[in-house]
Amino acid sequence: MGRYQDVFDSLNRAAMIPFFVIGDPDTETSLRIVKTAIDAGADILELGIPFSDPVADGPTIQKADIRALKAGMTPQKALAFIAQVSAYKPIPIGLLVYYNLIYQYGVDAFYRDFKQAGGTSVLVADVSIDDAEEIAPAALRAGLETVFMATPNCPDERLQQVVKYTTGFIYTVSLLGTTGERQRFSTLAKPLIQRLKRLTQTPVCVGFGISSPEHARQVAADGANGVIIGSRLVKIIEDNLNDKDQLYCQLQAFLAETLNALKTVQDDTSAN
Amino acid sequence: MKQKGRYGTYGGFYVPEVLIPAIEEIEAAFLQFQNDASFVAELNALLTHYAGRPTPLYHAQRFSEAAGCSVWLKREDLLHGGAHKTNNALGQGLLAKVMGKKKLIAETGAGQHGLATAMVGALFGMETKIFMGSVDVARQNVNVHKMKLLGAEVIPVSGGTCTLKDAINEAMRYWTANVDAFYLFGTAGGPHPFPMIVRHFQTVIGTEARRQCLDQMGRLPDFVAACVGGGSNAIGIFSAFLDDAAVKLVGVEGGGKGLDSDHHCATLNKGRPGILHGSQTYVLQDEHGQIHDTECISAGLDYPGVGPEHAYLKDTGRASYVAVSDEQVLNAFALLTRLEGIMPALESSHALAWLLAQKGTLPPDIVAVVNLSGRGDKDIGIVEEHRPIN
Repeated sequence: MGRYQDVFDSLNRAAMIPFFVIGDPDTETSLRIVKTAIDAGADILELGIPFSDPVADGPTIQKADIRALKAGMTPQKALAFIAQVSAYKPIPIGLLVYYNLIYQYGVDAFYRDFKQAGGTSVLVADVSIDDAEEIAPAALRAGLETVFMATPNCPDERLQQVVKYTTGFIYTVSLLGTTGERQRFSTLAKPLIQRLKRLTQTPVCVGFGISSPEHARQVAADGANGVIIGSRLVKIIEDNLNDKDQLYCQLQAFLAETLNALKTVQDDTSAN
Repeated sequence: MKQKGRYGTYGGFYVPEVLIPAIEEIEAAFLQFQNDASFVAELNALLTHYAGRPTPLYHAQRFSEAAGCSVWLKREDLLHGGAHKTNNALGQGLLAKVMGKKKLIAETGAGQHGLATAMVGALFGMETKIFMGSVDVARQNVNVHKMKLLGAEVIPVSGGTCTLKDAINEAMRYWTANVDAFYLFGTAGGPHPFPMIVRHFQTVIGTEARRQCLDQMGRLPDFVAACVGGGSNAIGIFSAFLDDAAVKLVGVEGGGKGLDSDHHCATLNKGRPGILHGSQTYVLQDEHGQIHDTECISAGLDYPGVGPEHAYLKDTGRASYVAVSDEQVLNAFALLTRLEGIMPALESSHALAWLLAQKGTLPPDIVAVVNLSGRGDKDIGIVEEHRPIN
């Protein structure tokens, strides 16, 4: 367990935030993957509970969801998984879920149990800021922080709503589209980061399409307080399903390289 | 958004933030144009001269004898394109046109909505992409061929059960990356404003049918029955009768191999409230909220969700929702074909099958209107597979 602000305060660079699907490709391997990421210097973790119909995700994470579901992952088991991660190291954990999963669990009950497992925030992929009242008060009641998405096509009035409801960090979507690797990093991210920075002191973390250490460095240079890397890491899992040692080794190497890239950018625009 | 899009507690617009501007734009255009005189005149002219409205209300006398009550068919199968889907595709296509859109995207199950969208894309000169589950591409290949002839690109979707649900997932993903396209949603489900818009453009079925009942029979029917997958043809005909408390509304779902099996798509019978494709509604799902695979002989009904207004009508008791099995559906298809010379779509055959199952329980002077939502040409391969002609 940890608070986001403590992390951002303690760094003089952008935070490295790896994303994984809980239980991909199976619970045991998944736990070792997450521990590898922590050991490689992850500052915050972003973890997803697999869903059968992930409309915000591209093919790489869709396949990870299917692997994890086939291996038997459920929301209950995901909470137990999070407790194990927290026991390994008290690192802030943001959760990414689709609404139906927590709706079926019961939003208040889910947030209470997630908090108890050591979690920090829940981002619901298919709830826009218009429906923040359905989830944000429950998160705060449970003692969680809140995270909402900002996208390049959000007008400033909507960004102000996002700012109003966000206590943790603003999950800033770098592009128009689903999650997934991209050859070139989106040119839409920088103007959005700049618009958000004019509106708020709340940390801005950027995700979607960050596919290389160079992309990560660029986002940090554009002023992001954190860099979320998902599909690129999940692709390493997919490519090494038959060689676990290679899997951990490649993940470790990619994250180490990314961390070094982030360290080359001194963050003078941090939230404080 | 200007409106919440709620039907009781159901509905809403649960979509990723990135899609909000796109649905806001469609909502604003619809609210601006739905009652705009020149828009309405242009749409009505198209419905009349292009699509062939009004469609007849036909008293199916030989089928009535078989069913044991008086059966009247609302002949949406005679509409251009062969199904009610053309009503909505023309309405939304015209909306896309006045919005200055150049690209249409749509999902399709049986291919009827994809076909209607492809027709409208050709008519208005718009680039058209149709997302269709790969299983449906195989089982509805006649419609796939027609869509391609009309100039649409058909994108087969693998993932999940490779049916309508997966086609909607993929169309939504494409839309998030191409928010300048107009998503011409086919059923009365999905995020607001689609349930409202689709209902609006399908209401013509019910408005005509109600007037035809009064003109041709001098009375309102006792029952109005329609098949329900997402529920667009059903809400279209139900909507005009909602205030006629004596008219019973019956939605018929795909019972597949039986409601006690896992092989059906009877969402309102066997599902429970949840969130799917942007809408709070009944959903077929497991205990954790993972969406169930569905299986039904009729591709157009093969969907684990349902339009939110149907969820509301079920809970309030204004409409009742029942299910029939694939076997019953094939029997009803055969019976209407042989007794009336009308080959119904397997979707529409669900409503006929329910009526046949009531035989002996209803007095013979009972009048039932069935929405014959589409014609069965597209289904002859499936029928042949199950009931080969030697």
